[in-house]
Amino acid sequence: MANAKRELINRLQKDILQWEGYRPPTAAKKEMFGLGAIEAAFPNNIFPTGTVHELVCDNTEQATASTGFVSGLLAVLMQNGGACLWISLSGNVFPIALKAFGIEPDRMIFVHLRKDKDVLWVMEEALKCAGLSAVICELSEVDFKQSRRLQLAVEQSRVTGFILRNRSKKMSSTACAARWQIKSLPSEPIDGLPGVGFPRWNVELLRVRNGQPGNWTVEWCGGNFRLVERQVLAQELQNVG
Amino acid sequence: MKDVAFVFVAPLRNRVVITAANPIAETQGIYSGMAAADAKAITTHLQVLDHIEGKEAKLLQQLGLWCIRYSPIVTVNLPNSLILDISGCTHLWGGERAYLKEIVNKLRTSGYNARAAIADTIGTAWAVAHYGKVTPIVENGMQAQALLNLPAKALRLEVPVLNKLQKLGFTTVKSFIQIPRSVLRRRFGEGLLLRLAQALGIEDEPITPLVLPVPYTERLPCLEPVRTDKAIEIAIQKLLESICTRLQSEGKGIRKATLKCYRIDGRIVQASISTNKGSHSVSHLFKLFGLQISKIEPALGIELFLLEAPKVEDIDPVQEKLWVGKPGLHDTVLAELLDKLAGKIGANAIHRYLPAEHYWPERSVKQAASLTEIPATKWRVGRPRPLRLLHRPEPVEVMALLPDYPPKVFTYKGKRHIIEKADGPERIEREWWLDKGMHRDYYMVEDSDGQRYWLFRSGHYDKSPEWYLHGFFA
Repeated sequence: MANAKRELINRLQKDILQWEGYRPPTAAKKEMFGLGAIEAAFPNNIFPTGTVHELVCDNTEQATASTGFVSGLLAVLMQNGGACLWISLSGNVFPIALKAFGIEPDRMIFVHLRKDKDVLWVMEEALKCAGLSAVICELSEVDFKQSRRLQLAVEQSRVTGFILRNRSKKMSSTACAARWQIKSLPSEPIDGLPGVGFPRWNVELLRVRNGQPGNWTVEWCGGNFRLVERQVLAQELQNVG
Repeated sequence: MKDVAFVFVAPLRNRVVITAANPIAETQGIYSGMAAADAKAITTHLQVLDHIEGKEAKLLQQLGLWCIRYSPIVTVNLPNSLILDISGCTHLWGGERAYLKEIVNKLRTSGYNARAAIADTIGTAWAVAHYGKVTPIVENGMQAQALLNLPAKALRLEVPVLNKLQKLGFTTVKSFIQIPRSVLRRRFGEGLLLRLAQALGIEDEPITPLVLPVPYTERLPCLEPVRTDKAIEIAIQKLLESICTRLQSEGKGIRKATLKCYRIDGRIVQASISTNKGSHSVSHLFKLFGLQISKIEPALGIELFLLEAPKVEDIDPVQEKLWVGKPGLHDTVLAELLDKLAGKIGANAIHRYLPAEHYWPERSVKQAASLTEIPATKWRVGRPRPLRLLHRPEPVEVMALLPDYPPKVFTYKGKRHIIEKADGPERIEREWWLDKGMHRDYYMVEDSDGQRYWLFRSGHYDKSPEWYLHGFFA
């Protein structure tokens, strides 16, 4: 009896998701991000593409860490030869570095703007365009209404959008599928050699629609994401200590 | 017919009158307006041909089209002249004299009795071509001198004005050109003054070329001047429909288009669009113009819309179908999106980068010229490069344990960062053939929080080394 009820509730939840315009990609089209446990935090255990993600950044360092994380995801999204639009106020993304994240920098189109309002307009227009693989925008303020517009745009086109919110004054709620915060973590020496190791981030899923928020440690190593287990981390800490 | 005297005749008030005579006939004392019977009485062997209405206009038109080889702007001036705008054309024939000679010789060998002249204004050129005796080329600004000795009829005046001038004894231009304008106006009317001003170059004389120089042009005159946005929209829609049908049939697409709105106050307002890829899609081009409508100021009203497409390119409809739905830079949808963005925020806000063959970080990428330009060289990946590069390196205070060691502590924007790990140095030499200055020694450093920076020391390590922050790593 209890089982039957749970099943019913599960099915209802899925239906509600669909009615909300949230369509998870089918298993055949599922893209492999290699995020492992993080993907399990989302409904149906699938990292949602064709929707808008929001990344909160407090300073330039965090914005760069978020850029790195997004670049890793973009590499997968752009696998099919698609192009990508990067809308920003700062305009300081260095294309050459994207290559290290598996992106062809010449397939990235940068739009440099001065006002949040323009960024939102371009973002919305770009999200309506099914010819793009993904759209990234960097801005400071976005409210619920504006994010709802973006969400409605992707529901038609199935383009994945990323919003990098830099130094946002107030953290209003948005219609985005997920809200992330990426922070740098000290790297681990590679094979005990001195010098800088692989970039390592504390990936925090602050809010997710119909999923489980969580907190993970992710490393970008050799062109792939690698989840660092807590135990390993503790072990490493002990070694250092 | 070259050596034969011949005339054209037409019936006029129950008489057969000569309308035109060839030079041989004229030397024998025959002039147009003479009765055909009288002419026949004067000479023997006179060929008399029937004048066909509109024949000379048609002939002149054909000659005008033929003349387009000499200049793109040719216009017919009835009854017997062609006007060519030859600005920038003569050097192709080695100067004005050779140019003129070439045209006249070509016409004469095909049997036309042609005279030609070059001048700054249409009026002077016409006068010299018809009545000039000295030189067919009037130098810059010498119109007045050229006109002085010509008869009054060289000014293309109406017959009543001419008669009046003759009656008063003004036979040459010289005799009345000095008379005050007000007096001339009172006696002979505005027409004389206008013709004089046009010949001297004071007044503009517009010509409508036989064939428009911009090949893809559409005109839309309005019955009444329009002012509303809706009306402008309809006009644009109509113009685009007609130009796109034409482009489609020729397999071409617009790259650049200009909408010119002629307002009733005599001014022209323009709106231009450009596309990344040739397009003949009405809906897409209309969208692009739609973003510009607010910039068109109709003022009192617009009476004529002109749509010009100065830049078109061949497009392959088959190819277009092939690319649809395929993601990538060739996608039509993407090109249309970028056109739209460029229309609103300006094309210089949109960038795409290609690798440049420079190690110096600021020069290591260059802007792509077009959407489909492919990188000439591969992207370099060997060296660590920051995801965010500051446009201008920012000075930081640095402490290093030993000279040439990576820094131990640095202060940026008032915040101290203790460096735990570092890689480097990577020395990047300045390209001395481009600019002068110090080389840079770059270090990739990680502070105690795991944040990574790209620092460099400008020049060698001496008493007061200068350190800069140039970028952020992920």
